[in-house]
Amino acid sequence: MTGLEALLIAPIAVPLAASGALILFGIRMTAAARRAVAFSTVVAGTAVAAVLLAATSDGQVIVQRLGGWPDGIAVPLVADAFGTVMLLVTGVLGIACLAYAALNDADGDRAFLPQSLLLLAGVNGAYLTGDLFNLFVFIEVMLVPSYVLIATGRGPDRIAASRLYLTVNLLASTVFLAGLGLVYGVAGTVQLGDLAGAAADDPALAAATAVILLALSVKAALVPVHNWLPRAYGAAPAAVTVLFSGLLTKVGVYALFRIYAVVYDGDPRFLPIILVAALLTMVIGVLGAVGAGGMRTILTFHMVSQIGYIVLGLAIFTPLGLAAAIFFMVQYVLVKAALLMVAGAVEQHAGTGELARLGGLAAHSPAAAVAFAVSALSLAGIPPLSGFVGKLVLVVGAVDAGRIVAALVAIGVSVVTLLSMLKIWNGVFWGDRAPDPGEAGGSAGSTGTVVSLRVPARAVAPALALGGLSLLLGLAAEPLLSLCLVAADGLVDATTYAGAVGG
Amino acid sequence: MTAALVVTVLVSGGVYLILQRELLRVVLGFILLGHGVNVVIISAGGMANREPALLGQQDRAAMADPLPQAFVLTAIVIAFAITVYLLSLLKAGDADDDGRRAEPDGSGDGDGGPDTAGDTGTADGSAGANGGDR
Repeated sequence: MTGLEALLIAPIAVPLAASGALILFGIRMTAAARRAVAFSTVVAGTAVAAVLLAATSDGQVIVQRLGGWPDGIAVPLVADAFGTVMLLVTGVLGIACLAYAALNDADGDRAFLPQSLLLLAGVNGAYLTGDLFNLFVFIEVMLVPSYVLIATGRGPDRIAASRLYLTVNLLASTVFLAGLGLVYGVAGTVQLGDLAGAAADDPALAAATAVILLALSVKAALVPVHNWLPRAYGAAPAAVTVLFSGLLTKVGVYALFRIYAVVYDGDPRFLPIILVAALLTMVIGVLGAVGAGGMRTILTFHMVSQIGYIVLGLAIFTPLGLAAAIFFMVQYVLVKAALLMVAGAVEQHAGTGELARLGGLAAHSPAAAVAFAVSALSLAGIPPLSGFVGKLVLVVGAVDAGRIVAALVAIGVSVVTLLSMLKIWNGVFWGDRAPDPGEAGGSAGSTGTVVSLRVPARAVAPALALGGLSLLLGLAAEPLLSLCLVAADGLVDATTYAGAVGG
Repeated sequence: MTAALVVTVLVSGGVYLILQRELLRVVLGFILLGHGVNVVIISAGGMANREPALLGQQDRAAMADPLPQAFVLTAIVIAFAITVYLLSLLKAGDADDDGRRAEPDGSGDGDGGPDTAGDTGTADGSAGANGGDR
């Protein structure tokens, strides 16, 4: 197993090195060479994640202590089934996102490729770390490139959105840091292995860790601290939104799961608070989506709503509920990325994402319509797509745990989700074909013009591929679902994880 | 007690400044808030032991806990970098963070393709959708 332990550093170090190389030498390289470097890096990271997943799929936990320092001093990197599943889905999303950016010429901005790789390094690090302080550091490694990427947009709101995004996240990070100080003051350590189960016994530590959970809720965009997300993501470039949607909030959710499972040991006393937050997030997010009028705005509100579904699994905290949440998170990352890719392609080629100014795209852009339809139905939870399996298991888990109201809310929100997806479908893909597409070319900003230009199939090819993956995960859910059950068992009974990290 | 008072003053000043409208004050507020949090972390290592953490030169019992010092060092570096970036955003747009009047074309981006040609539409949409949020 020594070889595998050495592999743990690769998902962090390789993208970091490649990002540095692209910043230093990218200016002298051709666009094709830059893309080749970025692609090979992400593919290599995904391959490493697959190897680690194969090794941890039996519930084994792999630990690497950096620098060979003794326990308690060394920086521990830990891979268990939950972390490596997330690592793998991050890799898949990274490949799809780079492909989308390359096919739509969205990676021309000099910042895009190196900053994306830096972001991936931070995300991978956050999934692998076994120490709260290093979680903070990796979240910052992930956020700093995101501050740059969000400012590469062209819209009139980009500076305002960047400022909002940066200040909200900086405040959350500061709160996180304060929580770290309090945890260290109470427990004398911030290593997850040594903190195992401590918050269930010690109210002071539970309060200190709650400060960290609050900061993570902001990053995960849970209601009532979600307002920054729709406004900030709406102004980012499409390719950047795709990357953010699958990575940033998911790291927050992952850390919530991990910390609650390990430090609180799944303490049932605090689960009702999480349940209320999850249900509110689901309902308020989807209501925001119903009220919004732009493709990407609707989709970003859905992001908030779907995070509620994932956190609902944490609030149930049974093996089935947690497995459903992990399954849901994995498929949701892929599906939402596909939807945002279609929305970005429509915005780019039709000149607008406003439902009122679009129509009839299905007639001349069938590829985009198919990609959107498959992903939208999956998001709403229609069989046989992956979203259906995720929601079904989640609802069954909720009913099993006696959370009938939660199950009913989950089903109700699904219906409203379908409704708002139909709204996009009717507004963008069906209806009359726009009368004068020729005039629409340069009129991105003008009001009142109905614009409708062809969305080429290659622009949405990655979205089609992700939609196919969703279909595959829906028809053959068993392998991933059993993997998620292993991951959930590792969360419900965190002693293996804690024992491995603590040494 | 001294540490608690220092944290109180720094955090209340920081929160007051963050709630101001002008971005420069917000930046200064974050600096104060960050310092307050750094004092929290340092004091988490114990206030009694204050000697430098140098093995072999100090009595171990009187030595300060080096781990929170390392945390704070890392946190200062990160906060510094983000503050500089925040200041560059301050320079790129209006002083008022209201943002509706922000310049559409800031300076010095590398030129990408027409990737965000539709952003105007999105921005309008989000403005309408977020009317009730603020």
